[in-house]
Amino acid sequence: MSAVRRSPVRGAAPFIIGIGLLWLAVIVLLPLGMVFAEAFRKGVEGFLKAFDEPDAWAAVRLTLLVAAISVPLNALFGLAAAWCVTRYEFRGKALLTTLIDLPFSISPVISGLVWVLLFGSAGWFAPLLDALGIRIIFTVTGLVLATILVTLPFVARELIPLMQQQGADEELAAVTLGAGPWAIFSKITLPNVRWALLYGVLLCNARAMGEFGAVSVVSGHIRGLTNTLPLHVEILYNEYDFVGAFATATVLAGLALITLLIKSLLEWRFADELAATRRH
Amino acid sequence: MTSIPLPRRWRWKEPSVLPGFGLTFGFVVLYLSLFLLIPLAALIVRPWELGLDGFWRQITTPRALSALQLSFYTAGVAALINAVMGLLLAWALVRYDFPGKRIIDALVDLPFALPTAVAGIALTAIYAPNGPIGAWFNDVGIRIAYTPIGILLALVFVGLPFVVRSVQPVLEDVDHEVEEAAETLGASPFQRARLVILPAVLPALISGAGLAFARAVGEYGSVIFIAGNMPLKSEIAPLLIVIQLEQFNYAGAAAIGLAMLGLSFLILLVMNGLQTLLLRRGRK
Repeated sequence: MSAVRRSPVRGAAPFIIGIGLLWLAVIVLLPLGMVFAEAFRKGVEGFLKAFDEPDAWAAVRLTLLVAAISVPLNALFGLAAAWCVTRYEFRGKALLTTLIDLPFSISPVISGLVWVLLFGSAGWFAPLLDALGIRIIFTVTGLVLATILVTLPFVARELIPLMQQQGADEELAAVTLGAGPWAIFSKITLPNVRWALLYGVLLCNARAMGEFGAVSVVSGHIRGLTNTLPLHVEILYNEYDFVGAFATATVLAGLALITLLIKSLLEWRFADELAATRRH
Repeated sequence: MTSIPLPRRWRWKEPSVLPGFGLTFGFVVLYLSLFLLIPLAALIVRPWELGLDGFWRQITTPRALSALQLSFYTAGVAALINAVMGLLLAWALVRYDFPGKRIIDALVDLPFALPTAVAGIALTAIYAPNGPIGAWFNDVGIRIAYTPIGILLALVFVGLPFVVRSVQPVLEDVDHEVEEAAETLGASPFQRARLVILPAVLPALISGAGLAFARAVGEYGSVIFIAGNMPLKSEIAPLLIVIQLEQFNYAGAAAIGLAMLGLSFLILLVMNGLQTLLLRRGRK
């Protein structure tokens, strides 16, 4: 860690730190604390009652399932995109990079809406789906599609700057020595980016499990069938089962805290193997 | 080694000995088409089923106009608040040492990690008229939850990390010698902050605020619980899209979505231009 620099505004330190910490406490910590306070409002029993419901467990399973499909796909996409963008020079590269980042500037609701426009009852592909007897909207498939779109950039975005910075020297040397494509990938590229890959997968997973807007549009809120954990929280809340809603929310808050913990550990322990913007 | 200049032919890809271009490029283009481009094409094309007139009518109903206005206005104010407080927080984290700094630093990312629906119900519980903070304000006649102030608060929450994270690395790199030179030459603390540090961090500040703004315009989960969702008063544009969809008005929903997307890209484009301009001026 670098030595602390002298501030140009001397004597302002306690003032600036004080305001900064107070702001963080009110805006960020208070809501987090509130989740746990409300969850235990009726004691441990009230808290545990929320997990007595089969619907809650169905929501947990569905959330895990959706993440288990969409996160590996986006990880594979991230690896392919990073290899393609950082190892070759071709026209349209800037456009490709912009497209990869695009889902970050799209509203989650729009990321759900687009799938309804394609596959909903008045969607472009509705006649085709009817003929084939397939349903996408209000099913798990729809949830997966919406989640993939929302979390598409996460892995690619961690890998691209890192692989750009590492350069292709090691891989070029391996080619010269006669290594095949799989050997290059598994013995050089993958070990070089493994921590950044894990970092990207971690953030991708947190968003996939916590996504609300996009899945809310395509889910139809069918209890036990298309209700993910965040949607389950919403339903309980709207039914005025506040303790149940907040108790379920503690699972998601716990997930967020674990994500932050692993993320910070990666930043401290493997700083050199993450993209420069992730080093603290 | 001398190189012989070869006649340059136009080609779209430079040759490389590394394997895998065809495979990875093909996969990336296919993946982007399936999961991003075809869906977006639907958003861009479907509103025009109504014709130019119909499209215009959909986005200029009093309800749609007020929703769009509310979303953009609150997102703008939230981005401004986050720019100021984010700069201050980044400053505290980079320039000073205090106990628990690493934990504080990690907690800045909580709004990224906490699912929006969880943030939404927690904020509502705090600022509702019977909540711990909402009750104080209620006593002096200010309502926070179920008004645009509540929306603003939720947007400040979701946007908090963006400015901090974009300003932090730049602040770490500000050339300390320039600051010292300014001090030696008799610049006052505020002159130094304004003339040396602010110009250096301004491009990062603008890009961070731009990201916070883009996120806030489309934000849904953390807002709908605290917003109250009264048409013409506290109904945000993303919620109006959901309502149109529930009434099977696909083209109308797509029209509002397209208007939202177009407007926010326009604003991001202007902010990008501003940033480029500042960077270019900084280099001179």
